Amino acid sequence: GLLLVKIEKMLPATRHSLAEFSLLTLLFYIFTLFLYFLFCPVLHNLLDKLLNVKQASDMPAVQKSRHRIDPDAIPSPIQVIEDDRAKCTEPFNTGVRGQVPPLVTTNFQAKDQGNASPRFVRCTAYNVPCTADMAKQSQVPLAAVIKPLATLPPDETPPYLVDHGEAGPVRCNRCKAYMCPYMQFIEGGRRFQCGFCSCVTEVPPHYFQHLDHTGKRVDCYDRPELSLGSYEFVATVDYCKNNKIPQPPAFIFLIDVSYNAVKSGMVNIVCQELKTLLDYLPRENPEMDSVVRVGFVTYNKVLHFYNVKASLAQPQMLVVSDVSDMFVPLLDGFLVNVNESRLVIESLLDQIPEMFADTRETETVFGPVIQAGLEALKAADCSGKLFVFHTSLPIAEAPGKLKNREDKKLVGTDKEKSLFQPQVGFYNTLAKECVAQGCCVDLFLFPNQYVDVATLGVVPVSTGGSIYKYTYFQAQSDTERFLNDLRRDIQKLVGFDAVMRVRTSTGIRATDFFGSFFMSNTTDVELAGLDCDKAITVEFKHDDKLSEETGALMQCAVLYTSCSGQRRLRVHNMAVNCCSQLADLYRNCETDTIINFFSKYAFRGLLNNPTKAVRDTLINQCAQILACYRKNCASPSSAGQLILPECMKLLPVYLNCVLKSDVLMPGADVSLDDRAYLRQLISGMDVTESHIFFYPRLLPLTKLESGSLPMAVRDSEERLSKGGVYLLETGLHLFLWVGASVQQELLLNIFGTQSFSQIDPSLTSLPVLDNPFSQRLRDIIESFRAQRSRYMKLMVVKQEDKAELIFRHFLVEDKSVSGGASYVDFLCHMHKEIRQLLS
Amino acid sequence: MATYQEFIQQNEDRDGVRFSWNLWPSSRLEATRLVVPVSCLFTPLKERPDLPPVQYEPVLCSRANCKAVLNPLCQVDFRAKIWACNFCFQRNPFPPSYAGISEVNQPAELMPQFSTIEYIVQRGPTPPLIFLYVVDTCLEEEDLQALKESLQMSLSLLPPNALVGLITFGRMVQVHELSCEGIAKSYVFRGTKDLSSKQIQVGGDKGRPPQPENAGVFVFITRFLQPVHRVDMNLTDLLGELQRDPWPVPQGKRPLRSTGVALSVAVGLLEGTFPNTGARVMLFIGGPPTQGPGMVVGDELKTPIRSWHDIQKDNARHLKKATKYYEAMANRSAVNGHCIDIYACALDQTGLLEMKCLSNLTGGHIVMGDSFNTSLFKQTFQRVFSKDYNGDFRMAFGGVLEVKEMGIGGTSQWKVCGINPSTTLALYFEVVNQHNAPVPQGGRGVIQFVTQYQHSNTQRRIRVTTIARNWADAQSQIQHIESSFDQEASAVLMARLGVFRAESEEGPDVLRWLDRQLIRLCQKFGQFNKDDPTSFKLSESLSLYPQFMFHLRRSPFLQVFNNSPDESSYYRHHFVRQDLTQSLIMIQPILYSYSFHGPPEPVLLDSSSILPDRILLMDTFFQLVIYHGETIAQWRKAGYQEMAEYENFKQLLLAPLDDAQEILQTRFPMPRYIDTEHGGSQARFLLSKVNPSQTHNNLYAWGQVLRGAPILTDDVSLQVFMDHLKKLAVSSSA
Repeated sequence: GLLLVKIEKMLPATRHSLAEFSLLTLLFYIFTLFLYFLFCPVLHNLLDKLLNVKQASDMPAVQKSRHRIDPDAIPSPIQVIEDDRAKCTEPFNTGVRGQVPPLVTTNFQAKDQGNASPRFVRCTAYNVPCTADMAKQSQVPLAAVIKPLATLPPDETPPYLVDHGEAGPVRCNRCKAYMCPYMQFIEGGRRFQCGFCSCVTEVPPHYFQHLDHTGKRVDCYDRPELSLGSYEFVATVDYCKNNKIPQPPAFIFLIDVSYNAVKSGMVNIVCQELKTLLDYLPRENPEMDSVVRVGFVTYNKVLHFYNVKASLAQPQMLVVSDVSDMFVPLLDGFLVNVNESRLVIESLLDQIPEMFADTRETETVFGPVIQAGLEALKAADCSGKLFVFHTSLPIAEAPGKLKNREDKKLVGTDKEKSLFQPQVGFYNTLAKECVAQGCCVDLFLFPNQYVDVATLGVVPVSTGGSIYKYTYFQAQSDTERFLNDLRRDIQKLVGFDAVMRVRTSTGIRATDFFGSFFMSNTTDVELAGLDCDKAITVEFKHDDKLSEETGALMQCAVLYTSCSGQRRLRVHNMAVNCCSQLADLYRNCETDTIINFFSKYAFRGLLNNPTKAVRDTLINQCAQILACYRKNCASPSSAGQLILPECMKLLPVYLNCVLKSDVLMPGADVSLDDRAYLRQLISGMDVTESHIFFYPRLLPLTKLESGSLPMAVRDSEERLSKGGVYLLETGLHLFLWVGASVQQELLLNIFGTQSFSQIDPSLTSLPVLDNPFSQRLRDIIESFRAQRSRYMKLMVVKQEDKAELIFRHFLVEDKSVSGGASYVDFLCHMHKEIRQLLS
Repeated sequence: MATYQEFIQQNEDRDGVRFSWNLWPSSRLEATRLVVPVSCLFTPLKERPDLPPVQYEPVLCSRANCKAVLNPLCQVDFRAKIWACNFCFQRNPFPPSYAGISEVNQPAELMPQFSTIEYIVQRGPTPPLIFLYVVDTCLEEEDLQALKESLQMSLSLLPPNALVGLITFGRMVQVHELSCEGIAKSYVFRGTKDLSSKQIQVGGDKGRPPQPENAGVFVFITRFLQPVHRVDMNLTDLLGELQRDPWPVPQGKRPLRSTGVALSVAVGLLEGTFPNTGARVMLFIGGPPTQGPGMVVGDELKTPIRSWHDIQKDNARHLKKATKYYEAMANRSAVNGHCIDIYACALDQTGLLEMKCLSNLTGGHIVMGDSFNTSLFKQTFQRVFSKDYNGDFRMAFGGVLEVKEMGIGGTSQWKVCGINPSTTLALYFEVVNQHNAPVPQGGRGVIQFVTQYQHSNTQRRIRVTTIARNWADAQSQIQHIESSFDQEASAVLMARLGVFRAESEEGPDVLRWLDRQLIRLCQKFGQFNKDDPTSFKLSESLSLYPQFMFHLRRSPFLQVFNNSPDESSYYRHHFVRQDLTQSLIMIQPILYSYSFHGPPEPVLLDSSSILPDRILLMDTFFQLVIYHGETIAQWRKAGYQEMAEYENFKQLLLAPLDDAQEILQTRFPMPRYIDTEHGGSQARFLLSKVNPSQTHNNLYAWGQVLRGAPILTDDVSLQVFMDHLKKLAVSSSA
């Protein structure tokens, strides 16, 4: 079904000429802004006083008078989410080609029946236009978001491990696609025809099997690679670097011990935590000890390496002060097995905070730190991960030295893009070397001022690593978040020295890739490290016609070294339908994935284009998508009517969220580092994460039932009741909003206090109270945190408190302080754009 | 008057000075005509147990460019309390503290027996001695173990307040921090990159604010140099935990050894922290530098280290660069008064040729051995820390020698840095007076040696030696001059000139030069009839000189055949610093013979001395060879010495051993001890030294009964050499 938004009825302004519309809107904007800035608190008080008398429903009447559009009449994300949830009663079978999977917000079970589960691969469209012209006409991006090592829920089976013996996985002779359900066996099973390139390949004797009457191999269901969408192959030595079975990977911890690092408590916290954390290094078999070796470096202006060989009574420190040409000063004893060297390591971790307790060194280096880790991995001839704990802009004399270039004046100008580009070329070169060695870098930042995340992040982003940022880190309030992030980061499943290759059937081709990785050519995505949270967005383009009959096939193969040091190939297969009718395309696409693609596309565009141009391009493309639908698919109706395809009815609201994000439209208080950080963060997000990031989940907490969550409300101030308490989750933050006239029972249940004024706004965790409500709320918060790859710090926001400004920033359907349009306004604007395109 | 022999001996005993000529020619031309230059061997810190140092400052001549020290040869007007400088004739008043002097109450420095006098001067706080160990870790396990033990032992020999430091190196260079608490720390430098002194200091002074305890007397104490008493436990442990260089050495490669950078770090560290303080860098190496600046040979084993052959062919790739590098370092070190020792123990060469300047220019030791696990190294190293009659180290630091001469030249100054009591310098003088304006007759030439140094007990001391010799007119007093000739000193002095030349010239050129000098000397002082070799005669004071020259020509100091460049450098290093007696032994080894026929006797260094029934003991300074004659060897093999009835044979066998032991106990460096016998392969050490009077060429021609042992050599014998010399000396055409 289609949703018809009858604009005429709701917005008389649209009847006027274009000029009038603009003028009215503009005047309204100015008026609102004026009120907002000058009388914000006063206004609120006034309105509240008025409202308290008049308010009959839970919808503030005055809001209605502001926009004369009923917000309930425009597409509601909450409604869409709830509808999808209600619809999804059975497990999702991946076997049906072209079927759109449940939304990311829906809990469902996936059953692999020949295509990769949506947990691994989500596509923007499950019906791909047959021709390039059609695709161009629709402007719907053709892309897949692939999360190769995604963690599956306990009720789903992880990919099986297949061993094809010494000869390695069976592959197509020409395009080298791996054996998969799309290979057609012919000639009684002696040969197979590749589904991707149609080339016929001999079946190796050891792999031969007879076919049944339908032409399927009789062992089809015994072999994962013939019946499933996702599985793994054991790679042979041919798939290893230098034709050598890889060494087990290593983790190197590089800790900044400059004045700020010590003073903030970071050094102490890291050292204390590592003592226990080292027992939880990743392993595939929980029964076995991890084979990952560890090494330790501390640094300020110089680097201190530690010899923690098991035979030593005390660790030894080796200082390298010549940072201009980094090298590893020791071989034996730097990378060690935790169990063997436990006593020495513990002694070291005890002594590091003491040793540097009185340091007055404030300058740090950064480039040499990564070089040091890289050289250590080189020397040990293994891949691995560096955990860098860093505080400040590296201004000490060394390669990769940076200067403070933060200049707010550039924001909004054509030069803004340069702020997202690295300051020096050094880190790009370094990143390349890291990737070549399989050295992944995870960066934990603890800045008190500008540290140039755009530059420092180059290596982590290019090596498949992560950046964590704890601005103004304070031991008391931030330790929990940091430690949870660290624990998860160290423990999570990770592969090293990975190469991802996406093969497609003829007619379509992977043309562009977005995410945290490095590419030295146009086809191979190189990932020094790849963890279970990293997603890669791949864009496809036509290079020929596709046929409706065969559909379009995609095979994503990731060659990687597992954390136990085994070389493996993970294969995800995905088949989608091809359509010659645009309507099929619009009926089978997924807006969340499209938004994921658009955000990554736009955020990358920032590097080379002015922000405004990026925003305009986005708006324009979306308008074209919708205009194309209106023109080709929708039933005829008056031009003033906004008609949206069912699958894309949330496109405007979500797009508006992307446009309003701090990256594309920063508020005055958003630092360049924050923007660079978010930009890089989003580049590795999967659809689930990007969805919640752009459209946060807002839960009213008035009533909590065990077993199910209360139904979310839309991200708008209108939806908040002064008498209620709300939980808002963005994937990075958690807010507990408390209305000014909150019911006392809620106060008692949640905070154990009698009055609103007694709530401590600096709380980072809720008090443990012995009542079902408190228990349930804390459980909900815990479960939310467990779902996310980063720990969300809880912030208690009291209505009308200063901190509410931050909270309101996430009420994305409302106008934002920085000038972002409200949902309604943006919808009107889109409508205008579409009409322009159509006329 | 005593004989010249007695005079020379007395001078040497009292002042440590031996002159080639004890009467000086009065003009430059005359001096040149004497062939052997006016020169002397001077032992600045000759041990003088009978000479207590005085506890006051020397009195200096007030003329700004003279500053000679008051000495017994000065004219003193006791009444006017004025003394006349015997160098510039400036009349100087005595300082007020000398008000009480008179003819009967003279200060020590005016008494004739104090021609050599030592002053202890107080100049601010005296910094402690510094010992910086620079240790190669690319050693075999047992070598390293032995070295570690030696180093640990040496800690107990150091004065407790001395500062010690430790630098180890292999592929990397590690400077160890020696503070007592917590984790053992070290600073690591890449072995391939030369660092400026500043970089080293920057590297060193990081990370921690200065500790208040260090802010006392010595502001400069760094954590790399700490008093022995505070860190010896720590350092002993540190040395104990010292591991071989862990970097793998692939097949066919040499270990990567960053000797150049290690030294540069050591020199830079001392330069930055303790300039002009007595300090000793002790470098222990087990192989050649193979990477970075100062590299002597690449790490490919298939490329052997340079030989004399390569050098002559100009085929030694790294030689010039490395030498230049080490010279620059040596100069830096010398400027700061620090000395560098090299202890090289390896079977192959270690690059001493390139590195010798480090020790030569700074007064350091060079010790060469096969392994650190030998008594040769262990004992020699221990002897570095030997103590004198006062219980003080036989080493001094930061030595500066100043020589003031009258009538000869101006004042010259040399930096010697490390000095020990046997360090002997050769000084060559020039008579500046022209032939037509000779030094007036009857005058005396005066030379004053002023040696300033830091005593091992950290005192600053000045030793002043003032000597005088008469001027003589070469025309009329040539006999006198001849009889004042000190042929031993002259031989050594000429040998040193020869060695000096050999460093820069081709071997044969040096020998030719030496021959020419000898011939000219013989022409000048020999008595002969023209063209009649048989009539040639030399006076007693010159009679031994040609023989010294003969042996010098054959010595390893001038002959490189059979010696590696490292060995030559090593031999030359010691030759140019030992005193006269030792130097003579080096030129002409001494040979003792032991037999049943009588007490041990010195015998000619001649093949005729090698007899079956004798045991020979040869001392070449570097080697001690005990050689058992054929019969003795057979008896010993048969085990007669075990039998009670042949007790006398046992005694005979023991006699040379005891004598050898005595030498082994005292000499530095400890000589290589060789026990061999007739026909033994090690007998070559003896056979190559003796005068080949009997060879396979002349063995039967003489028709005599065989006595002695024929030597298989084409070298000329002393006899042939002398015959030739006589012929040339008397030749009118020469």
